[in-house]
Amino acid sequence: MISTKTDQGKFRDEHRGFTDGNWTCEVDVRNFILSNITPYTGDESFLEGCTPRTQNLFEKVEALLELEASRDGVLDIDVDHVSSLLSYEPGYIQKEDEIIVGLQTDEPLKRGVNPFGGIRMATQACEAYGKRLSEEVLAQFDYKTTHNEGVFRVYTDEMKTLRRSGVITGLPDAYGRGRIIGDYRRIALYGMDYLIEQKKADKACYAQKPMLEENIRQVEELYKQIDFLNKMIEMAKAYGDDIRKPAKNTREAVQWIYYGYLASIKEQNGAAMSLGRVSSFIDIYAERDLKEGIYSEIQIQEIMDDFVIKLRLARQLRTPDYNQLFAGDPLWITEAIGGISVEGKPLVTKNSFRFLHTLTNLGPAPEPNMTVLWSEKLPEAFKKYCAKISILTDAIQYENDDIMKPVYGDDYGIACCVSAMKLGKEMQFFGARCNLAKTLLMALNGGHDEKNFELIGPQDTVMDDEVLDFDKVWERYDRYLDWICEKYVNTLNIIHFMHDKYAYEKTQMALHDTEVHRFMAFGIAGLSVAADSLSAIKYAKVKPVLNARGFIEDFITEGSFPCYGNDDDRVDAIAVKLTENFIEKLRKHPTYRNATHSLSVLTITSNVVYGKKTGSTPDGRKSGEPFAPGANPMHNRDLNGALASLNSVAKIPYDACRDGISCTFSITPSSLGADMEVQKSNLVTVLDGYFYQKAHHLNVNVLDRNKLIEAMASPNKYPNLTIRVSGYAVHFHRLSREQQLEVINRTFHTAL
Amino acid sequence: MKYALNVFHIESMGTLDGPGIRTVIFLKGCPLRCHYCHNPESWQDQTENWMDHDVLFSLIMKMKPYFKNGGGVTFSGGEPLVQSESLIPLCKRLKAEGIHIALDTSGCMLSPTIKALLEIVDLVILDVKHTEPKAYADLTGGNLAQTLEFLEYIQAIQKPHWIRQVIVPNYNDQERQVLALDSITKSPYRDKIELLAFQSSGMGKWKANSPFMDVVSLNQKTLVKLQDSIKKNV
Repeated sequence: MISTKTDQGKFRDEHRGFTDGNWTCEVDVRNFILSNITPYTGDESFLEGCTPRTQNLFEKVEALLELEASRDGVLDIDVDHVSSLLSYEPGYIQKEDEIIVGLQTDEPLKRGVNPFGGIRMATQACEAYGKRLSEEVLAQFDYKTTHNEGVFRVYTDEMKTLRRSGVITGLPDAYGRGRIIGDYRRIALYGMDYLIEQKKADKACYAQKPMLEENIRQVEELYKQIDFLNKMIEMAKAYGDDIRKPAKNTREAVQWIYYGYLASIKEQNGAAMSLGRVSSFIDIYAERDLKEGIYSEIQIQEIMDDFVIKLRLARQLRTPDYNQLFAGDPLWITEAIGGISVEGKPLVTKNSFRFLHTLTNLGPAPEPNMTVLWSEKLPEAFKKYCAKISILTDAIQYENDDIMKPVYGDDYGIACCVSAMKLGKEMQFFGARCNLAKTLLMALNGGHDEKNFELIGPQDTVMDDEVLDFDKVWERYDRYLDWICEKYVNTLNIIHFMHDKYAYEKTQMALHDTEVHRFMAFGIAGLSVAADSLSAIKYAKVKPVLNARGFIEDFITEGSFPCYGNDDDRVDAIAVKLTENFIEKLRKHPTYRNATHSLSVLTITSNVVYGKKTGSTPDGRKSGEPFAPGANPMHNRDLNGALASLNSVAKIPYDACRDGISCTFSITPSSLGADMEVQKSNLVTVLDGYFYQKAHHLNVNVLDRNKLIEAMASPNKYPNLTIRVSGYAVHFHRLSREQQLEVINRTFHTAL
Repeated sequence: MKYALNVFHIESMGTLDGPGIRTVIFLKGCPLRCHYCHNPESWQDQTENWMDHDVLFSLIMKMKPYFKNGGGVTFSGGEPLVQSESLIPLCKRLKAEGIHIALDTSGCMLSPTIKALLEIVDLVILDVKHTEPKAYADLTGGNLAQTLEFLEYIQAIQKPHWIRQVIVPNYNDQERQVLALDSITKSPYRDKIELLAFQSSGMGKWKANSPFMDVVSLNQKTLVKLQDSIKKNV
């Protein structure tokens, strides 16, 4: 990467009071943080409540949210414009009361239309909410190829069949792939002029290389990046800010970051549009401004509250079908909080507390997706505070900094739920997931879909032995996994080639180094169903039940078998082996742009849909029944209490699943301890113990099942009831009835 | 059967039976027949489920990462004292690994073996089910004097202990009864006295042959009031 000095003299005012380092020579936000951070080891007693201004503004927002809910979840749609940085006039909630400004369209909660992923999806989404995409927009896209069209030009019949059958689903071939995090902090620290200068220098350098496909693409991408950095300057100008220069104070630092984020969600309708790791970065400005008397603690909290209000208003227009997969209108505005530096210094600051404290000041909410990077070495007071907020709001997820740091360093963010990446240096090609349970049934049925008996894979005999033999099944399954992995890699290669070609994320990529490391993030669903099914075949007697045409339509399972979720190595080892085999098989196939293969065990809320598309399995799960989410044990099969269940999940190796292993844990308050103090201490101990065993992720819900049943019956009484599902949080009332039932049927760990 | 225990159930995340987070091993068998027993299966079910010491030891050791805030293992039941002979070698192994051990018992037995076990464990949670001899016998089929002898013994060896009692509406929910429990059990080695509310939901396992079948759960307010009366009883 090319670098020119930021010229310290030039930013004397903006960077006053900061300690120099490599960050003053080149874009190096990590170095800025490590050179200037003030770790905070105290407790939450310094925090300030909501100001009347914030309350006033938030009441207005709450009224709008209520109206939105009453209109099937979509308040309004602008059907006349195509969403981009400069498509709309500046929008406000209540201009005079806003500290941080900027909306996606000209009015709060009015959704823009972003058809670059696919015009059909955009049209359907408008129609689902009683609107019609304007003729002008439709006409524009008559002459434009969308990402979706590009993909389907190249898809083979086989790929289309696999996609339709649900063996591989949720593929980002008709919507924006997301999971890219712009390093929005760069705007605050360096200002746009400097960033543009850097990109121009890079472009000049690449222009000297041989002009072959790869380099031509790179140079064109740099052109687009620079173009959109300039558009971002215009966007901010319309709101009255000049972001060509670095931020001078805390408000500007937050505002500049938010402009970057806002520009990204205007340009891209990506599935997950995460924020990164901004809170401790902002703290450096807050500490300086507090010292200089520019702001008081109350004012700093007010800025953070206002920022979070804006993030809570972020929306994309999506179809009801999409909501089936990813319920509750999520954007995964994931903010990574805490963690420890490579040298062992806590990266917890007062602003880590302030960010979490918005859940108290503004009440619980699913967004932004608060993600605490847990380390054994986090300050105890911070651990306890997180536990308290978890118990009160069910809005936090935890991820193991001690296992991510050796891989991603100490300046990584989390995209979506569990996908770590070095900020500004790494990105990923999101790849949805392969249904492991359905693949097993396809293998047993000799390549036929167990639901409609269509041939969807290589043809083989149906395994119609009276009792299934484990070794034979394992061998057969392995062959089908080999086959599916090849199809899976090639399918994703097409998708991401086309996404880069027709819906390139220029705003977000402009906030990355020009040379980025790419991951291709594959996923698996139904891990616990597949593991328990194989365990049943191994330890009990599984007899296939054939239909008239000779295909397996069900199983009779006799005898008992160990189930994943009870800390029993006999079955847990099967689950481990499945993940290790899968990534190994994927690695055999080259990826687009030489991306590094990675794997996640994560389902979002799609475990319900995956279950629907999957026939009866040998573990006793009936056709259509939901899977457990992510890497969770199947509902109510974990019979030895919460920790035995967590210990099983902790065995799934992060080395095989570098894109994350999601686990959702629900416990009743009384089972966690007799009073708040004990509950906090016990929750901290659970997190320490679980992560000590190299587990990766935990969603924590502390609530009673009865409360959910009540909320299902009278949603109006619980408008803000938030729960963690699989890698993100949702408002309970935004889930479909099926999804609500699935959540209620999950294991709630209860004391005897 | 010296190196195995007859186990009824294992709960990997107990937070109520002792400090911190605890692996609770519920053992089978009990000489008492309390009308409100929460685990009647532990003595009704005659089938045996012997688990080797090695298996139990490794199972408990796998939970060690969760024992940081004072947690450990609790042997409960049933009545764990019934299997004290076999508990001794397992507890010795656990102590050697620094595991905190609690014994959740009714104190309805005492013997040289039990005394040897009491030497090893860190904490005794003693459920004194009633403080009046007749009511105790009616409720449990056992003998209050035996429990008091047990209590006297753990006081004498200066063993840290908790005192517990389940409070049943119209049976032992009078303030004077609770204060009597407090007075009888006063000791410098008593770390805690804890009243537990009778839960009618636990009666579901009973199928109508308990006289407590139709008793309603004790309400939380009464429980707090009684617990407070102990605090004031100096």
